[in-house]
Amino acid sequence: MSANGIGAPVRRKEDFRFITGQGQYTDDVVRPGETRAVFVRSPHAHAKIKSIDVSAARTMPGVIDVLTGAQLAGDKIGNLICGWMIHSKDGSPMKMSAHPALAAGKVNCVGDAVAVVIAESQAQGRDAAEKVKVDYEVLPAVVDPAKAQAKGAPQIHPDIPNNTIYQWHLGDQAAVKAAFDAASHVTTLDIINNRLVPNAMEPRAALAEYDAGTDNLTLWNTSQNPHVARLVISAFVGITPEHKLRVIAPDVGGGFGSKIFIYPEEVVCLWAARKVKRPVKWTADRSEAFLTDAHGRDHVTRAELALDASGKILALRAKTIANLGAYMSTFSSSVPTYLYATLLSGQYAIPSIYCEVDAVYTNTAPVDAYRGAGRPEATFVVERLIEVAARQMDLEPPELRRRNFIKNFPHQTPVIMAYDAGDYNASMKKAMEIADVKGFAKRKREAARNGKLRGLGYSTYIEACGIAPSQAVGSLGAGVGLWESAEVRVNPTGSVEILTGSHSHGQGHETTFAQLVSERLGIPFDSVSIVHGDTDKVQFGMGTYGSRSGAVGMSAIVKALDKIEAKAKKVAAFMMEAAEGDIEFKDGKFTVAGTDKSAAFGDVALNAYIAHKFTGAELEPGLKETSFYDPTNFTFPAGCHICELDIDIETGKVDIVNWTAVDDFGTVINPMIVEGQVHGGIAQGVGQALMEGAVYDQAGQLVTGSFMDYSMPHAHDLPSFHVGTTETKAPSNPLGMKGCGEAGAIASPAAVINAITDAIGSEDIAMPATANAVWSALQRAKAPKAA
Amino acid sequence: MATVSMTVNGKAVTGDVEPRTLLVQFLRENLRLTGTHVGCDTSQCGACVIHLDGIAAKACTTLALQCEGASITTIEGLAEPDGKLHPMQEAFREHHGLQCGYCTPGMIMSALDIVRRNGNNLDEHTIRDQLDGNICRCTGYHNIVKAIEAGAKAMAK
Amino acid sequence: MYNFTFHRPTTVRQAAGLLARNPDGKLLAGGHSLLPVMKQRLAQPSALVDLSLVEGMTGVELKGRSVVIGAMTRHADVAKSDVLKEVMPGLAAVPGSVGDPQVRNRGTIGGSIANNDPNADYPAACLGLGATIITNKRRIAADDFFQGMYTTALEDGEIIVKVSFPIAKKAAYEKFKHPASGFALVGVFVSKRGSDIRVAVTGAGSEGVFRVPTFEEALKKRFTAKSIEGMTIPATGMNSDIHASPEYRAHLVSVLTKRALNKANA
Repeated sequence: MSANGIGAPVRRKEDFRFITGQGQYTDDVVRPGETRAVFVRSPHAHAKIKSIDVSAARTMPGVIDVLTGAQLAGDKIGNLICGWMIHSKDGSPMKMSAHPALAAGKVNCVGDAVAVVIAESQAQGRDAAEKVKVDYEVLPAVVDPAKAQAKGAPQIHPDIPNNTIYQWHLGDQAAVKAAFDAASHVTTLDIINNRLVPNAMEPRAALAEYDAGTDNLTLWNTSQNPHVARLVISAFVGITPEHKLRVIAPDVGGGFGSKIFIYPEEVVCLWAARKVKRPVKWTADRSEAFLTDAHGRDHVTRAELALDASGKILALRAKTIANLGAYMSTFSSSVPTYLYATLLSGQYAIPSIYCEVDAVYTNTAPVDAYRGAGRPEATFVVERLIEVAARQMDLEPPELRRRNFIKNFPHQTPVIMAYDAGDYNASMKKAMEIADVKGFAKRKREAARNGKLRGLGYSTYIEACGIAPSQAVGSLGAGVGLWESAEVRVNPTGSVEILTGSHSHGQGHETTFAQLVSERLGIPFDSVSIVHGDTDKVQFGMGTYGSRSGAVGMSAIVKALDKIEAKAKKVAAFMMEAAEGDIEFKDGKFTVAGTDKSAAFGDVALNAYIAHKFTGAELEPGLKETSFYDPTNFTFPAGCHICELDIDIETGKVDIVNWTAVDDFGTVINPMIVEGQVHGGIAQGVGQALMEGAVYDQAGQLVTGSFMDYSMPHAHDLPSFHVGTTETKAPSNPLGMKGCGEAGAIASPAAVINAITDAIGSEDIAMPATANAVWSALQRAKAPKAA
Repeated sequence: MATVSMTVNGKAVTGDVEPRTLLVQFLRENLRLTGTHVGCDTSQCGACVIHLDGIAAKACTTLALQCEGASITTIEGLAEPDGKLHPMQEAFREHHGLQCGYCTPGMIMSALDIVRRNGNNLDEHTIRDQLDGNICRCTGYHNIVKAIEAGAKAMAK
Repeated sequence: MYNFTFHRPTTVRQAAGLLARNPDGKLLAGGHSLLPVMKQRLAQPSALVDLSLVEGMTGVELKGRSVVIGAMTRHADVAKSDVLKEVMPGLAAVPGSVGDPQVRNRGTIGGSIANNDPNADYPAACLGLGATIITNKRRIAADDFFQGMYTTALEDGEIIVKVSFPIAKKAAYEKFKHPASGFALVGVFVSKRGSDIRVAVTGAGSEGVFRVPTFEEALKKRFTAKSIEGMTIPATGMNSDIHASPEYRAHLVSVLTKRALNKANA
């Protein structure tokens, strides 16, 4: 391993600009003549718009224009769309409502934009936005997914009965029923997977500029996938043709899924920029972000596990209602279906699984992928079921897991996935050692002496990352392919630029991708630059989400580098007057086999461009190669997280005292960065388990609409983490990588709740397990049971 | 409009602002010092932390006019003029105390205030407790805590 | 924010004059309660009168058997005051628990008390010690000052100049922090000064800070946690929101009172 190569904890290239305040986030970009967009948003969750009067707003100081949904429709601007088709069990396609970027006839959630003020300054825009008079006829709202389909529930979209988007299923219902009928033990749980607000620290922003001379539009936005944004905005929304739109996602301050999607505000900024012929910028304030960013999770599930007397799992059954909010966000339909039910086998050999999912509209913000996206929900179901089953059957939870672990690969689950590699017992064993499970009983007694209830909880999770291959996901309804592109440009001086379709918003691609290239080409780490996030520079790409940039994005780079080597060998052969087949490449040097002739990589690069040693007929000059890489399978990161915590008996406050994570991510390029990803994921999962929860009141007002009310982990809410790895290589990509970005968020909620329920001796607790909730659960557990 | 004058990163600056202009707006929009970020509107997240007369303050909850005559230091003013990083900046890089970088300027400015108040030998508990005014969504704080502990020690050298 | 005019007087008299001329104006102390509300456009003062340059409004002083704190003294400065830590560490702990370090660097005792947020920490200390709020016009006993959430005895044009706390031999504050806002989900201040025993609670009551006479009565015999063992307060009148039920808040009042008593006796 070289100092900066694969496996080295190289310090990040991108850090200098961030620690010196020189990052360039969307709101930092300033264009000459820039104006500010301020949206007029619905204060009601559900209402008819009877009229909008913008006349007073237009006369306010600094106002350039005030635009409404009627004008947007008049200009034939299309709807936002959901790009993954799901069919119901009866074969009918999902029911997608219209989603205009500015509502015209009706608003369906608080924060729905009905008009936009374009003003010289944000303050003036806000002053004017208050003067827009909207006459609403308020309608009753429904916010609870479990009530959305009820008879008499408010009808959100007139053409979509019972607010039901689809009724989907997966698996063999009859086989599962038979297994349950024969089971000697059944564990049943009612689970609410709490609704979360992603809250990347950088609020969403968009800056649109129109060049009247060329009729080109440029959009700077906070996007995890600028090419997909360009495609949707041009092809579906119809703002302008794809080749007339440039999308730049500069430094992006965290995404966690919420910046994958195409949002109304970027559409409106582009549309308005052309209308006012000046750049238009919108930056969300946090209150606006709470109302309009796509939220995550929000499942109501009944889950059952059937086991035989020896603890062998026979079948799993789940019925889930998934809340997709007021409109279907870009990939919302896939999250509670193919990203959820397909993972219900967990790490276990389960002969039959059946899952039904109803997706519903409610008068709440749209719900879409948030870190883990479907897989945390699945893991929570599976890992709660197995922990509770173990307790009910009087088995140690690790023992029940061990009895059911998949041990032979490849393994075809009953829910589509074909696991290709893993060693689940190895990661659990290592985690149990690090966590000193043997010493737990003693620690529990000590804690009890201090008035604390101590608990230990496991989560042996699996996830599917690097969603692929494109043909397979297409057959499941995806509207896009899920490959990745890479272009390798070798400069005449031998330095290299990598143009990637992946997008870094905290993951450190500028470093890890350069590590790969440096090692592969044997050139200095500092001679490699990574270019991403600009549709004018990178031809096309699918972006970063689903822990795909390593397994898919880096594999594309490997493929392009293979082509570079092949072409460079040709150049080297001409240079050294040798046969191409005799050229060998190692450690940045081309040699002729059996001779002492050699040429450095930089010399070969220069020769590729000066082209003095070969004719155009013999070889094209230049050294630049592209690859579009489509993997052959998902990857399957897996591992074991163990949470040890104390509960203050008097207050119910939970204090995590020890966290162990042992993950199998396959090949690790930069362990420092991978550990950082695990830490962050755990923090978000602990947040879900203990603190976070978006709450709407019955009228559809978001009660947790700011950092004053929506609790997220602070430094003092978390311990330092013990993080380790085991390794089985992913066979489906050339580097053997699996992906690490979501593991922590997927694994941790179940570990926390398993630890709390272990401590309190009752399964009767929901997320978030706030101090109040835990205290109440303790009171219920103490209270005499009603006869 | 009113005129406000202050010293920012050692330079005297003057600007015309509306009274409602926040310090963070003055820094970002008038002075184009965009290293100071805005992550919330309720004074919780700490992305906007700067030093006001040597003491950490949230620039989103301070009016520019309240800083008349004051001395402000932002993240851009920490490194030495020759580009040599401040030990705390160096520690954040060395210990991978940042991912997306958005909360980072506020974290570093707050870290320096922790050192000012608590000295150079900081334990984990103190650091975590004193980071109460800063939110990071990427790192889980693990490496931020390590970075601050190391940065504080390096500052004593 | 809506626009306003901005004023920086240097004397209390000037500040009072500015308030008189700007009836819709507001005083600006540390700004950490007022500015966020203005940013949300929930308050629209026509003028802000910034007190930061007014002389004689800061500092922590020992005066006879009281500690007198200038209204513009920032939380961080009160928390680290050697005088206060010496004579009444239980009070010094109160500003040390407000919000977060940056808030403590800017926020002031006067601002906190004048705002009387139902979850703020200082009102519990004032009521729990029987403090006297000294304004440019008069002296107001804490028992008369706090009149329900965000409501005080302050009249138009009245400016808090100082707060005088009698030194109690035993005093302590125990707070259960709201995990998001940093305010008190429940906070209890207990004190014993001769026969004057006080238990003041913030965060829990729907009408703001309040005393717990039943606990105070029980503590007259012995000022220890044991004296109130098994005692509870009714959940009626407690705040109810997504963060805590009235029952839980009432329960926390008992738990935190006992913990505060243990701390005061330590």
